[in-house]
Amino acid sequence: MSNESLPPFQELLDEHSSDVLGYLVATVGPHDAEDVFQETFIAALRAYEGLEHARNLHSWLLTIAHNKAIDHHRSRTRRAVPAGDAEEVAGSVPASNSRPDEAVTGRDPELWRAVSSLPPKQRSAVVLRYATDMSYSAIARALDSSEAAARRNVHEGLQKLRGEFA
Amino acid sequence: MNPLTEKQLEKMLRQAPSDADLDRAVKGLLARAERDGLIDVAYAEVDSPYGALLVARTDRGVVRVALPAGRGRERPHDEVLEELATDVSPRILESPDRLDEERRELEEYFEGRRQKFDVPVDWTLTSPGFRSRALHAVARIPYGKTRTYAEIAKSAGNARAFRAAGTACGHNPIPLIVPCHRVVPSAGGVGNYGGGAEMKQGLLDFEGAL
Repeated sequence: MSNESLPPFQELLDEHSSDVLGYLVATVGPHDAEDVFQETFIAALRAYEGLEHARNLHSWLLTIAHNKAIDHHRSRTRRAVPAGDAEEVAGSVPASNSRPDEAVTGRDPELWRAVSSLPPKQRSAVVLRYATDMSYSAIARALDSSEAAARRNVHEGLQKLRGEFA
Repeated sequence: MNPLTEKQLEKMLRQAPSDADLDRAVKGLLARAERDGLIDVAYAEVDSPYGALLVARTDRGVVRVALPAGRGRERPHDEVLEELATDVSPRILESPDRLDEERRELEEYFEGRRQKFDVPVDWTLTSPGFRSRALHAVARIPYGKTRTYAEIAKSAGNARAFRAAGTACGHNPIPLIVPCHRVVPSAGGVGNYGGGAEMKQGLLDFEGAL
């Protein structure tokens, strides 16, 4: 069997669910994070048996979370803004109809708004770097980009945040 | 305001979700996975007078009961889960609700209110042939009675294979529900048990078999 060495799925949930939820709160907002969290793990469960090895399961889960977050922004943007490249437009709208005051427990709502207005790739890279403490190579894996692109996205995202947040 | 430093950003972003938020998200996930039929093996810990049991089931029935580890041959429960991942499916999730029936029957058994288990059994982990015949014979031993390994061997079709009957019991994936504690050596004593000889003795005493 190809999946001989896969750990019980519960182990993934125990070890990585906090990072995945934290990532999603920062990218799609606290209001929608729970729903996208469930979509992420349902997709992971569906794909799990076919997985060929058990390496980098953390990055694997965050890749799925990233894709689900993008889907989420797209579907909302499609409703709100009929024209334009969904992925680019998604970045320009605040990342939720969320009610930050209600749910941003311990997070600075201003910062959160600034992060959510970054373009998707920068937003994901910044959040992965600073919220889940991933290395650039792990971020590159999760976002399916080169390590240089991961660094650039983090750097540019950070610059933008400094601009907006200062 | 000072320019945003990496340290500040890190501090502000790195707020782990609260336990309550995480719990709620995971509960919702379980319900959804359940509804979509994505849990191949559901498990829960069940209390017993001898320590925590791990009980796992598939759609077909109870596939594994792990006795409290440490006193007999039973493996630590995390290793049991790893074996299930390899031998049954890695899509394993802790889902206490799905094991309500099993938990209730085991509780009734340990309270002396149940002599026979009604929950279905999934024999996936028992290899066919002699072992399977032996464990099916074990499953028919009534509450409060014992059989010898030789008698089980005979029921399984090979009277001389009492050692193999012992091995079959030693590999019983579903102890308690398939009551291998009721199988004892002809020479006397209670013999070995996954949860330790003391537990076996205790169960037989409790059932009034000794």
